[in-house]
Amino acid sequence: MNAHLNRRSLLGLGASLGIGVTFLGTQAFAASEGDLAKKKLVVVICRGGMDGLSVSPPVGDPNYAALRGSIAMKPEDVLNLDATFGLHPELSTVHALALKGEARIAPAIASPDRARSHFEAQDVLETGASGVYGADTGWLNRTLEALAPVREIEGLSVGATAPLILRGKVQAASWSPGKGVDESARLPTLLQDLYKSDPLLGPAFASGLETETMAQQAMTAMAPSPAMNMAAASTPPTAGPGGTSSSMANDRRNRQGGEAARKLGSTLGGFMIQPSGPQIAAISLDGFDTHAGQSGQIATRLSYLDVVLDGLHAGLGTEWKNTVVIVVTEFGRTARVNGTGGTDHGTASTGLILGGALKPGGIVGDWPGLAEKALFENRDTAPTLDMRALFKGALAEHMGVDRALLETKVFPGSETAKPLTGLV
Amino acid sequence: MSLPSKDMMAAIAVTRFGLGARPGEIEAARADPKGFLIAQIRREGADLPRDSGETSADRFSQMRDFQRQRKMEREQKDGQGDKTTANAQTFKDAQRDLREKVGADFLARARLATNTDAAFRERWALFWANHFTVSATKQLTSVLIGPFEREAIRPNVFGGFENLLVASSTHPAMLTYLDQAQSIGPNSRAAGAAARRRNGKAGLNENLAREILELHTVGVDAGYSQADVTEFARALTGFSIGRDAEDRPGQFVFREAAHEPGGRTVLGRQYGQTGLKQGLSVLSDLAADPRTARHVCGKIARHFVSDMPPASLTQRLERRWMETGGDLAKVAQTLIESPEAWDPTPVKFKTPYEYTLSTWRLIGAEPSAIERLAPILTGLGQKPFSPPSPKGWPEDAQSWAAPDALIKRMQWAQGFAAAVADRADPNALSAEALGARLTPAVAKAVSRAETRREAFALLVMSPEFQRR
Repeated sequence: MNAHLNRRSLLGLGASLGIGVTFLGTQAFAASEGDLAKKKLVVVICRGGMDGLSVSPPVGDPNYAALRGSIAMKPEDVLNLDATFGLHPELSTVHALALKGEARIAPAIASPDRARSHFEAQDVLETGASGVYGADTGWLNRTLEALAPVREIEGLSVGATAPLILRGKVQAASWSPGKGVDESARLPTLLQDLYKSDPLLGPAFASGLETETMAQQAMTAMAPSPAMNMAAASTPPTAGPGGTSSSMANDRRNRQGGEAARKLGSTLGGFMIQPSGPQIAAISLDGFDTHAGQSGQIATRLSYLDVVLDGLHAGLGTEWKNTVVIVVTEFGRTARVNGTGGTDHGTASTGLILGGALKPGGIVGDWPGLAEKALFENRDTAPTLDMRALFKGALAEHMGVDRALLETKVFPGSETAKPLTGLV
Repeated sequence: MSLPSKDMMAAIAVTRFGLGARPGEIEAARADPKGFLIAQIRREGADLPRDSGETSADRFSQMRDFQRQRKMEREQKDGQGDKTTANAQTFKDAQRDLREKVGADFLARARLATNTDAAFRERWALFWANHFTVSATKQLTSVLIGPFEREAIRPNVFGGFENLLVASSTHPAMLTYLDQAQSIGPNSRAAGAAARRRNGKAGLNENLAREILELHTVGVDAGYSQADVTEFARALTGFSIGRDAEDRPGQFVFREAAHEPGGRTVLGRQYGQTGLKQGLSVLSDLAADPRTARHVCGKIARHFVSDMPPASLTQRLERRWMETGGDLAKVAQTLIESPEAWDPTPVKFKTPYEYTLSTWRLIGAEPSAIERLAPILTGLGQKPFSPPSPKGWPEDAQSWAAPDALIKRMQWAQGFAAAVADRADPNALSAEALGARLTPAVAKAVSRAETRREAFALLVMSPEFQRR
């Protein structure tokens, strides 16, 4: 075997061995599909149960301050959206986009799951099923499958492990920051050979090599950033000894974690603007389970989220106009503050919808209010919008997924959640 | 179901039930592969890592000191702008010391895994440590994880499940990680006192109660309600940690004053006891609940045998669990004696921890410093002591065999090979690593490699070595 195979010949070899080499051949489809071939969808999953009343504090709701007690935010401390809602002060990027009509909130959105279990609710969010164990593949993967006959597009997850939302029949790529692959080594080729009859490792490895090539292109397209610590980028800063704390809030964005978060977002954007780059991507942020001492913790997490979104916006450049970003969590938290300055597992939360492709407008879905009678089971923000309706609306109107397939293949059993219209 | 040959069983004993072969280990297991494993079960529990030996009480007080220093440092900083103060230096040193302690705990545990002759015993302990997850994602908890495993998990992994459950649920690491230590009954004396002081931070926190039900015992599909969670949380009020000036600083204490008065109903059972006995009674019933046996035995089968284990295996474990009242030594022995566990086709994909440590075992070495181990584990998504949620690390191949993770494994294997491979005979190493599990394709690839480094990297990146 030739010891000096270069990247292209390696890919050619992969193709000749019948190994799933991703990203090739998407151009041919692109020409015939016009604008749809440029459309991009990014799903950000905030894991742990993100507190919607902190993301978009309804400071104008008459019951908000009393329910929230010691963790209530004052109207003058939030970034103003309308008479009822503000945004958390750490969400300055989202706020700037909202002022331009490129970001909206869905303040009472929920999955169909009501068990208040992180893991069940995340499964339901990611499988898109109407209940837990309703499916074992992710709805973004089934979207790739549904689109395949007309447009073969790629999916990418950011992070070292593969999230359920992108698992399924179609091999999706995954990427997290790290060092590059030595292109001159024989090892990748030899391993592809060793994996050729391995249904798990073969396709995954081929996809990983492809993504590495793309990462190198995506990174060289951007200005270098020597101060950053890439290894730390895929997880939000967490409180190890000496980790983040509320007193450090002011310089959060400028410290290493913030720089890495920005880079993470901009690299993802860099991937997506390449001619045969992924059009669908998923990224997860952890650490939203704020049972105690919530105010400081959530500020750190929302700051991280905001900086990732800022990076993504910058990395996408002019392609922002073709993009929709959806930020969701598995469930919201109790409307009342608990006994330990935090909140417990609840039901509806706030979703964020961003992107240059978005039509301007007010809140998405209805606001049930926080009156005692309006609370779900007298404890949580009541859900008024099934998140599948948002997902379906984005897939139908923005990504051009066939409506029949949307109902039968991507979100079976979701008849009650009619696709939202007028988003883009 | 017929069992494979002795040679194959020896390879399976060492790789599937253990942590990967050390030189000569497969040979040592050959005479009696099942006996080799059963001999590792012992009542006194799993081995203890050779670490500092500091207890959770020691660590708790060190963390308190650190928090005081941090407070002082902040106050000074507020007074003096950004000027560095003498306190700032002390604070930084203390912070570094604590971080190094956590790193040293992790390294000691990893070295135990690379050096032990009883690798099944260690795997069994790691399974339970992950079942009762505590995570360094919380600062206070991070320094308590090493002590938690040493004090609550390791001594109890071959005893009754109830003991393990109680040890976990009363350990300061769990009480801080799942916010139990501050939970106060809304009608307790402590809540009344707090209300008089107008301190808003006094009330119920249901985090631990929920995760015990969902993750540690009966499982999420057991059919409990929000009311069960809240009632159990009320029963657990008072489970807390001693403060500096009290009798048991940094250790479990029961605070009568914080306990919610009155009887409770959890999962349809009434608990009329008062005080500590109430929470312990609920834990005792949960430990004995058949739904707990089913939930936990399913996890054992998935961890050791297959992401989708045969029902016959899960049921056999469950039966043994119920017959013996959750005797974990007996359940471990039943696992070893189950024919389903000896299927020659390896289907479990090693987690990053298992994968990297099995590579060290292969060359009979141990990681020389935390810096050799932590970056690769973090890069592969398994940051030391930092599972992302109380559910712990995932078990399934789909989670760990992501495209990006395979590339990072390859890069790491190349670096590892560059450091160690020139000293070894790759063909002999392949036989040592996989025994009868070595396939002709891998043997051929290794023997045809251009360099020892390439051969070593191919071996540890082979589908056979990455699975168990």
